[in-house]
Amino acid sequence: MFKYLKQLTSLVAMVAVLFTFTTETMAAKKSKTLKNTQKKGFVRCGVSQGLPGFSNADAAGNWTGVDVDVCRAVAAAVLGDASKVKYTPLSAKERFTALTSGEIDILSRNTTWTLSRDADIGLTFVGVNFYDGQGFMVRKSSGITSTSQFKNGISACTNIGTTTELNMRDFFNSKGISYTPVAFEKADEVVAAYDAGRCDTYTTDKSGLAAQRTKMSNPDEHIVLPETISKEPLGPVVRQGDSVWEDIVRWSLNTMIEAEEYGITSGNADMMKTSDNPAIKRLVGAEGEMGAAFGLDNDWNYRIITQVGNYGESYKRNIADTGILPDRGPNELWTKGGILYVPPSR
Amino acid sequence: MKLKKILPQFLTLLFIVLIFGFFTMNAQENMDTRGIEFGFGFLKQEASFDIQFSLIDYDGSKSYARAYLVGLLNTLLVSAIGIVLCTILGVVIGVARLSPNYLINRTASFYIEFFRNIPLLLQIFFWYFAALRALPMPEDASLLLGTSYMTIKGLYTPAPIWNNFDVFLISLILSLIIIFFFNRYAKRKQEEAGIQYPKFLISLGIFIIIPALTFIFGGVDLSWSFPELKQLAKTSFTYEGGVGIPPELIALTLALTLYTATFIAENVRAGIQGIGKGQKEAAASIGLTPGQVLKLVIMPQALRIIIPPTTNQYLNLTKNSSLAAAIAYPDLVLVFAGTAMMQTGRAIEIVAITMATYLTISLSISVFMNWYNKSIAIKEK
Repeated sequence: MFKYLKQLTSLVAMVAVLFTFTTETMAAKKSKTLKNTQKKGFVRCGVSQGLPGFSNADAAGNWTGVDVDVCRAVAAAVLGDASKVKYTPLSAKERFTALTSGEIDILSRNTTWTLSRDADIGLTFVGVNFYDGQGFMVRKSSGITSTSQFKNGISACTNIGTTTELNMRDFFNSKGISYTPVAFEKADEVVAAYDAGRCDTYTTDKSGLAAQRTKMSNPDEHIVLPETISKEPLGPVVRQGDSVWEDIVRWSLNTMIEAEEYGITSGNADMMKTSDNPAIKRLVGAEGEMGAAFGLDNDWNYRIITQVGNYGESYKRNIADTGILPDRGPNELWTKGGILYVPPSR
Repeated sequence: MKLKKILPQFLTLLFIVLIFGFFTMNAQENMDTRGIEFGFGFLKQEASFDIQFSLIDYDGSKSYARAYLVGLLNTLLVSAIGIVLCTILGVVIGVARLSPNYLINRTASFYIEFFRNIPLLLQIFFWYFAALRALPMPEDASLLLGTSYMTIKGLYTPAPIWNNFDVFLISLILSLIIIFFFNRYAKRKQEEAGIQYPKFLISLGIFIIIPALTFIFGGVDLSWSFPELKQLAKTSFTYEGGVGIPPELIALTLALTLYTATFIAENVRAGIQGIGKGQKEAAASIGLTPGQVLKLVIMPQALRIIIPPTTNQYLNLTKNSSLAAAIAYPDLVLVFAGTAMMQTGRAIEIVAITMATYLTISLSISVFMNWYNKSIAIKEK
């Protein structure tokens, strides 16, 4: 009797397997990711394991940061509610696999845009939400004020799986300095080891250094050296092969930046609906059919601005007011001496 | 009736093949749609990242295959040291557990209960960060054994500088071969004529004298390079010269040894207790000394009980060494399944290689231990 039951279950399982095959191949065209997201009712977003200013959770589990705001903007555009995001904290090592395997739909985790990542491993970078560069942190007491004072035998703590490891090698090699890399899997351990005195210097993106410095036992004992040894344009990433979803994420970010350019804030977006400037009206959904191409309604960008705010508001709330990097530096609008410049929404 | 026998087996096989085929096809299809290609060509590319600690010549200009080798050797290193140390510690604790002395016996049980009931990862973090906090900065370190320094940046010991090291190595191998044949000869003599040689002392003598002779006649020469303090900046120091053993390796070895030794100690205790009391009494009654009783009667029988579960512990130790990634010890997982995977994005290939590697290591240990177990098993006549 049991023998037959066994046969029956294996038969059922086989049929089930074959059935999934057929449905898989008949999968819908257009944007699978958009459809899935609307069906689930939340945006699946990969973030860091805690980097103040970029993506950091408070004690109650509420995520904040400029990287988080990109995901919130997409949720506002696609689902109408910026809070409908499911965050997955990822280590530097896990992040791309999580995205390519379909565990998350947006990776917004201070990730550097490089050629090999964009072209090689099934990812597409959609823009830049923070222009960064790699720097070094040292103890003030060491008397080091510039990387030119580094000597042979220096040890440097950092994260594995990041461009940091590669830049560090290029930098020390070009200066002819022998060094010991101490690479950890998680940022918290890097900070703890450097803080304990395991390494002479701690190297990562300068924004990361500024943010992690706040976690040290005594932040005032450390300084970030002025030199920047690399270009690190950080931005959100999506899977290759879904161009509609890619466009939605790209233009959600662009909307935030352009809204700042036109002075549209979460506070005055309603008033701007009756503005005389058509460019402004397009950004708040009062003119044109800006959402139709993505399969969204016309208020998608209006919702981003009212629920998340423009880029300047996001920066101020997360990075400037928290004391991480009060000076916007290159992350200022092109009209104000920075390099933030996005294509027009029209 | 025959069909009734074969059909379930056939269906099971078909089911397994289908499942496997489904996963392969699914992966293939998903990789295609996402523009990912499968292949091992990346192993020849330049790795372009450096590794903290390496047993072979390596820097970022070498290939990913070379980086893999560095990681593999580091894994083997920590596993080998861990296996040797935990065996010694395990046997000592296991015997201590059976000691009639109340204090020794209780201390051993406390040790076992304490260390085997705390998660290993926690112990690794504890030893690493506790040690980091407790150890002195290089400039404050005091001399250890007259030659070494234990600092937060690692243990700095003198490095040997050899002349004609190959001659020395050959003499070592030669002495081992001579010892092997001497022991065979001694065994035969004992069986045939009942003559007993002091086997251990003679073997030790051969092992010391032959390599020592190469220093006099073979042109072998050994000198030491001692670590010296070097100032990097006003308050920042390091040591130059000598060998630097990273604190990550020390912490990992310590944690793995202390943890695994508890299980081995219990195996040893079980093995010894598993031998009937009568064996010991019978051996004593024919006039064997307590040392001989342990060596000739108890241990040969106890080993048969001890070895199979101890093999498991060796395998566990090797696999647990992959927790190294948490504290920056550059083992196979950190270097290859970590950095290399991230830089190349070849998740499937790299995970497959890493899995195959661990499987090979584990099976090798298993095969060796099974062979050893068979060689000491009682031969039924």
